[in-house]
This record gives sequence, C-alpha cells and structure tokens, in this order.
Amino acid sequence: MRLMPAPQALVDAPNLPKPRVITTEPRLSDKVFRAVVTAGGLSSLIILGLIAFFLAYQGFEILVKEGFGFLTSSKWEVITNEGNEIVDYSFGIAAMLVGTMICALLAVVVAIPISIASALFMSFYAPTRLKNFLVASVDLMAAFPSILFGFWGFFVLMPHAEYWAMLINRYLGWIPLFAVDDKIFTRSPFLAGLVLAIMIIPITTSIAREVFDQTPLDRIQAAYALGATKWSMIKAVAIPYGRGGVVGGAMLGLGRAMGETVAVYTVLNIVYEINWQILFGAGGNVASLILLKFGEAQPLEVKALMAAGLILFLLTLLVNFVADFIVKKTGSKGR
Amino acid sequence: MTTLVQREPKKVPTPERPWRPSFAQRLSNFGVAIAAVLLTYILVLVTPMKGLLPTLIFSGIFAIVLGYLKGFFARGTMAGRNNAVGVFLSLGMVIALIPIVSILYAVVSNGYKGLHKGLLFQDMSLAVATDPIAQGGLKHAIVGTFIMVAVALAISLPLGILTAVYLTEIKGPLSKPIRFLVQAMSGVPSIVAGLFILSAVVYTVTKSYSGLMGSLALTILMIPTIARTSEEVLLLIPNDLREAGVALGGTQWRTVAMVVVPAARSGLVTAMILGIARVAGETAPILLLTGGADMTNYNPFSGPMGTLPFYIWKSFFFGSPEAVTRGWAGLLVLLILVLLLFFLARSLSTRKASR
Repeated sequence: MRLMPAPQALVDAPNLPKPRVITTEPRLSDKVFRAVVTAGGLSSLIILGLIAFFLAYQGFEILVKEGFGFLTSSKWEVITNEGNEIVDYSFGIAAMLVGTMICALLAVVVAIPISIASALFMSFYAPTRLKNFLVASVDLMAAFPSILFGFWGFFVLMPHAEYWAMLINRYLGWIPLFAVDDKIFTRSPFLAGLVLAIMIIPITTSIAREVFDQTPLDRIQAAYALGATKWSMIKAVAIPYGRGGVVGGAMLGLGRAMGETVAVYTVLNIVYEINWQILFGAGGNVASLILLKFGEAQPLEVKALMAAGLILFLLTLLVNFVADFIVKKTGSKGR
Repeated sequence: MTTLVQREPKKVPTPERPWRPSFAQRLSNFGVAIAAVLLTYILVLVTPMKGLLPTLIFSGIFAIVLGYLKGFFARGTMAGRNNAVGVFLSLGMVIALIPIVSILYAVVSNGYKGLHKGLLFQDMSLAVATDPIAQGGLKHAIVGTFIMVAVALAISLPLGILTAVYLTEIKGPLSKPIRFLVQAMSGVPSIVAGLFILSAVVYTVTKSYSGLMGSLALTILMIPTIARTSEEVLLLIPNDLREAGVALGGTQWRTVAMVVVPAARSGLVTAMILGIARVAGETAPILLLTGGADMTNYNPFSGPMGTLPFYIWKSFFFGSPEAVTRGWAGLLVLLILVLLLFFLARSLSTRKASR
C-alpha cells in the first residue's frame, strides 16, 4: 500500500487554519452572565444605600434644625395657630430611644437563659425523635407573624403579666429597678419586653442549638472518657465552644427586638417622657411612635418620623454589625 | 497446599449503649416529676398561695431539688448536680414551648367562632366590622395578600437567587461584604422598609397608596431570606457537578444554568416558600403603604388594597365583640396559611436531605 503524498498545493497553502489559541479569557456569554449576577448580588448594597439616602434626605431638615437635641430631648409637639399654620415645633426621641433599649434589653435578658437551656436540652438531652419534634416546633414559632404575637400578648398574656408585675413590685419593689411611683401596671415596658422575649426565643434558640450541635464529637468523648458527667461535659466543652455563637445570636435577637413594631404597639403605652421604671405602664418605642403618629401626621411631622426611622435603621445596622463581628471573632478563636 | 477454611460468620452482638437510660432510670425520673407535682399540690393546699404561677414555680423548684437528692444518694455530689441541671434544662425547654401551645390554643379557640360559609367568598364592601359575623368575609384580604406577595416574589426571587449565585458561584472580591450586607438587610426593621418606600416612591413618584407599594416594601424583607436560604442550598451542591459541567466544555453560564441550579431546584423552592412565609403576615409596612381597602381589588397598580394583616388590625381596633371575633378569625386564616407554607417547605427540605 502506498501512501499518497499530500498534494503540494495543500502543503503550501497560505491560509491554513491557525493553531487554536488557548486562553482563559471568558466568552461573551460568561461576561454577560457575570455582569448580571454581580449586579444582582449588589442589590442588597444598593437597597441599603437607598434606604439610608432617602430617609436622610427626607429627615434632613428636622435633623439639622434639632441637631443633637433630636436624640436628647423628649418633646414631640407641633404648635399651630388658629389658621392651622405651624408656628413652632420641636421633635426629640430620647424617651423613645430609651424605651426601645429598655424593652429590647429586657427581652434579651428574659430570652437568653430560656434559649440556652432549651438549646442545650435539644442538643444533648433529647432523644432524636423528640429533638426533631422540638426543632420543628421552635422553627414554626419563628415563622409566626408578629401581629399574632401582638394580639396574643394583648388578649392572653396581658392579664397574667399585669399580675406578675404587681407581685414583683410588691415583694421586690425595694430594688430600684422594680419600683413604681403610681401603681399602674397596664401596658408597661415589662409586658412589651415579655412579648418581645417570646418573639426572639425561637431565633436565639435555633442559633444556639446549631452552634451546640457542632461541638466536636471527639472533645465530647474525651470529656466522657475522663469521667465527666453530662453537666461537667457541657460546662467544660459545649459552653466554651458555643459561647461566641450564643452571644452573636443574642445580639441578633436584640436587633430584632429593637425594630419590632406591631407587637410592641399593641401592648405598650407610648408616653413622651423618659421612664426608667419597667413595671410602670408607660414607655417609648421608636418603631411604634412611627406607626402611632403616621396616621395623623402633617408633612412636617412625617419628616420627623423619617428622621426617627433613620436613627432606628442605623441603630439596628450597628447592632447587626457588632453581632457579626462577635460571631466571627470568637468563632475563629474558639474553634 | 492450603485449603481455604470456611469459617462460620461470627455473631456480632448488637453493641450495647450504656449511656442510654434504662427502664428503671426512666421510671425513677418519672417518679421525681410526679413527686414534685404532688409536693407542690400539698404546698398549695396548705399555704395561702393559690393559682397557676406558684404551682408551676414550686413544681420546678421541687423537681430540681428532688432530682438533686436522687443523684446525690445514688452517686454523690457530682451526680446530684448533674441531675439538677438536667431537670433545669428540661424546664427551660418546657417554658419555651408554653407560648407556642398557648398561641395555637388562643387562635383556634377564639378564631373558630368567626368562621362561616361565606368567609372566603365575601368581602367587607357591604359590611361593617361590627355587623353580625355571618355578613362579610375576607375575600378582599386574601386576594390582596396573594397578589401583593406574588408581585413581591416576582421581584425578590431573581434578586435573591442572583445574590446567592454571586456568593457561591462567582465568589468575587465582594463576597464578604455582600454576605454581611444580606445579613444586615435581614435585620432591617419592617417599619423602616415601609418608611423607605414611602419616602422614595410614594412621596416622589406615585403620590398614592396601592398594592404595589406594599409589594415593594415586602421585597426588601424577602430578599435576605431568599438569598441566605438559596446560598445554603447552593453550597450543598457538590463541586464534582460543577467540575463535570466545565469538563464537558460548558461555560460557567451553561454550568450554572444547566447543572447547578437544576440540581438545587427543590432547595430553591424551599427558599421561595420561606420567603413567602416571612412576609405573608408582615403588618407594619402594609399599614403605612396600602391604604387597606374593604372591597376586593384585583389591580395592584392602583387603588388601595386590603390584606389579611390589615384586616386583622382594623378589626381588633374596632373593639366590638363581633369585630374582635373577626380579628381572631383573620388570625386563624393567616396562621393556617403560614402553617401550610411552613410544612410545605419542611417536607421539601427533608425529602432532599433523606435522598
């Protein structure tokens, strides 16, 4: 068999296809894809930026006029003359800020021990089937809408909480925290704090449980092998391991509690005066103030509400930032 | 020559699990609980303290003390402390569960009185909240909620999934800040979302309340839920699939669209459902933005629109017994909706996990 020699014309052909160039340059379709996905990924940045911008833009006038007094005074009034023209106004949200912090802190203080106990129970005590059921129940509670907590708190919890507040005041009233000037216990920050605590328990519990579930098995076994009881094991292994996650979860719960509107509005009596007595039936809340005032507000007052919204927004961002920071920092050290 | 000796397969005894509580231990635990309740009962009978609160508190205290004593007499101080903590932790679990049971009970026991045949097919255009229960219903509210959530979903599902794809597939330099921003966005108070739409869209562009405004606010609350759940789902897709897609000559776009996303489909559906459940009962922005109509409005772009949360809110603030019953019925319907979504999402995700 003879091989045919390649035709001369083909060998000399000047326009042979060039060897393929290997490149990592993405194709057009990939460039488009990456651009679209990146744009979508930036949506959260854009939305958060727009929120800050528009609230600041609308509240600018009030913030400039009131200056730092917006945060330190508790006056909220618009004075009009007979012709319904605005003569003078002054807006300050100190009482609301203090009230927000009191309710949210109370909620965290109540919720965290319960959350840690139930998370530890789910992670280390409950048999698998019971655990699955408990996890599902807690997750279900996290899905309940806030309006449900609000009206449940108003109709079901309030009578009980009022009685508890009375008891606490009667037997522990010598502690300044539980003292009241007038014996009015209805719609107090205490009740709002309890409702908020019940709302954040599912969040903090599921975060704490997830952290405890990740405790390395070898450390648990090592503790048992050294003769630890279950409690010693939890104290020596699980709690140091999960501390960061629990604190981060508590901060997230704090952020949630500060921004909650409807549930607080239904159970709290809003008063424009700083009130430190948690059992007394008067409190403040930035989010509830916005809801309360919005219906009847003139354009000027709406601007003040926007400014209040901006403060609330920045506050929750800050709390979230700190939570993120704590989780990351302790996370890298403890694990 | 060696012969292969056929050995009898050795019988492996089922491994014992000595850490599991034996029957006797369980019985004694049960006995501790019963004894605690009995002691409390006697205490409440003898002393002037009456009511549920002291009963619960003293049962807890007695259970802890008895648990401690039981362990102490069997094995000493450490065992006693261990038992006491065990009882204490389970009490914490019980306390965490009480509100769930109480809420479910309150909604069902109050809400069923407000149910009637026309509830889902009539609206409130011809009825007032104080009318007898049989008049009027929640058709307008249900229609409004569905439309509003659907519009919000149409906007936030693409954005949420794109964010998740950016975080898991492109992994660009912005991944870290974006992950944090999504986290921060999930903490944005709902009323702030409402105020933002109010200042950015209602006051500057549309000048009127409508369902679309509510949807836009819900979008802000929905994106982080969808993005975070989708990210978790996409992270579970094994890298082998991506490598296989690329090895077959696919571009990144083809790999993500034809391999990764279809593999994660059921998880993405779960993310969608969780997003819906997150916003279905959201009240504060709805109160600010939608105007809350009493008649059925099918058009989200114009005119006020009623929703379930708004209906519930309005009914409770009317205050008359009929109106309050309507409010509870509305809560019952909302709760059923949320429960359905929750169990749907759950069954999808567990089926995924067991595969």
